[in-house]
Amino acid sequence: MFPEVLEFGRNGFADELLRGAANTLLIAASSFVMGLILGQAGALAKLYGGPVSRFIANIYTTVIRAVPELVLILLLFFAGTRGISALGVAVGYGPVDINGTLAAIGVLGFVQGAYSTEVIRGAIQAIPAGQIEAARAYGMSGPLVFRRIIVPAMLPNAIPGLANLWMIVIKDTALITVTGATGELAMATKLAAGFTKRYFLFYFVSGCIYLTMTLVSNYLLGHLERRVRRGQPKLA
Amino acid sequence: MDWSWLPKYLPMLVSGISLTLQLLVFSMALGLMLAIPIGLVQVTGPKWLAWIARGYCTVMRGTPLLIQLYLFYYGVGSILATVPEVRQSMFWPILREGYYYAILAFSLNEAGYAGEIMRGGFLSVPKGELEAARAIGMSPWQVLRRIWLPRAIRNVIPALGGETILTLKSTPLAALVTVVDLFGVADRVRQETYIIYPPLLLVMAIYMILTFIITRIFGMVEGQIPTRR
Repeated sequence: MFPEVLEFGRNGFADELLRGAANTLLIAASSFVMGLILGQAGALAKLYGGPVSRFIANIYTTVIRAVPELVLILLLFFAGTRGISALGVAVGYGPVDINGTLAAIGVLGFVQGAYSTEVIRGAIQAIPAGQIEAARAYGMSGPLVFRRIIVPAMLPNAIPGLANLWMIVIKDTALITVTGATGELAMATKLAAGFTKRYFLFYFVSGCIYLTMTLVSNYLLGHLERRVRRGQPKLA
Repeated sequence: MDWSWLPKYLPMLVSGISLTLQLLVFSMALGLMLAIPIGLVQVTGPKWLAWIARGYCTVMRGTPLLIQLYLFYYGVGSILATVPEVRQSMFWPILREGYYYAILAFSLNEAGYAGEIMRGGFLSVPKGELEAARAIGMSPWQVLRRIWLPRAIRNVIPALGGETILTLKSTPLAALVTVVDLFGVADRVRQETYIIYPPLLLVMAIYMILTFIITRIFGMVEGQIPTRR
């Protein structure tokens, strides 16, 4: 039923595409987590930070969100890999060759962080101030308030936005192809299509694989949202 | 930082900005034109049409724009190239240009995103207004043209502003199919002179300015809409 080029093994590209898809998920997941960490830090800096950290966080989110991802990816990719390499020379380690996948994760994670910052900031701000004051009144320390009150109370507000960001990062991994640094799904598709000259077939199949990833994520994230919302009163 | 390339590439930069704006305006206009029926049938259309529209939005929003663009440019383009009648036709010079494939892919993609927005917009118009329009004796078409559509568009202007900026940020993908848009200029400078950072930084700054201008324009349009406070 399938054309030969889509078989597994020597003649087909099925295994190459699936490996690419696995790579895409790995890069997307790692960048997403890095984005969450940066976003958490950025949100706290914006909400509770001093003037300097607030200023830095504002510049970070404004610049990153106003520039096309493709431009940022190229810029950060070149600047990042060269910068680290130059740093290696400076400390006497010699030029460092950065793994393409790691560089991709770093770049995408840095971009994600700016968007996550805004989602998490909004989610924290939506927590009724009384809840945080009550926690303080009980004598909880700052980190304890954060862990016990802020995180669980903000999750229902943050999950829809973060779910959106997860979809975006899956799709943004395709842009990494322009650096040619790593073999994710779009790169595997490009190679397979170029090799067999069956462009339509391979881009179509690749689109179907991406669609499967986003649909499954959508389904799982819907469940997750219902879980963190348990016990909340239903809106009208 | 080496800026010696700037005078030589200045004309290309100007035409690059103009190409980027063209891509943005055409994709948004075509995308919105498609988005109105896509949103409308999901609200009032027959079930099967609503399903098709919803499926369309899911597919467009669930796959990377890069893959969509390549599917059209390389996929459809290579199929067209194998048909001799197409190759010899007067349309071939157009069918070879990355520019048109980019506009096609961007507008179809935009229609998916804006279709969802328009669906929300149509739903947000109070039922009473539509009932009032019908009670006055307007035909369904008149209700749509005079009441429903204008009210829906007003409600979604802020969302469309965000969408316009997202579209602006996806236009550099056109450079991957040989269009020398704003980002394409930076790419060209890098290929021809091996200067990487200054052109990318300049282009980045221009994108930021464009984003700022679009935000201001939409802010002004929103300010024009009379609302009761």
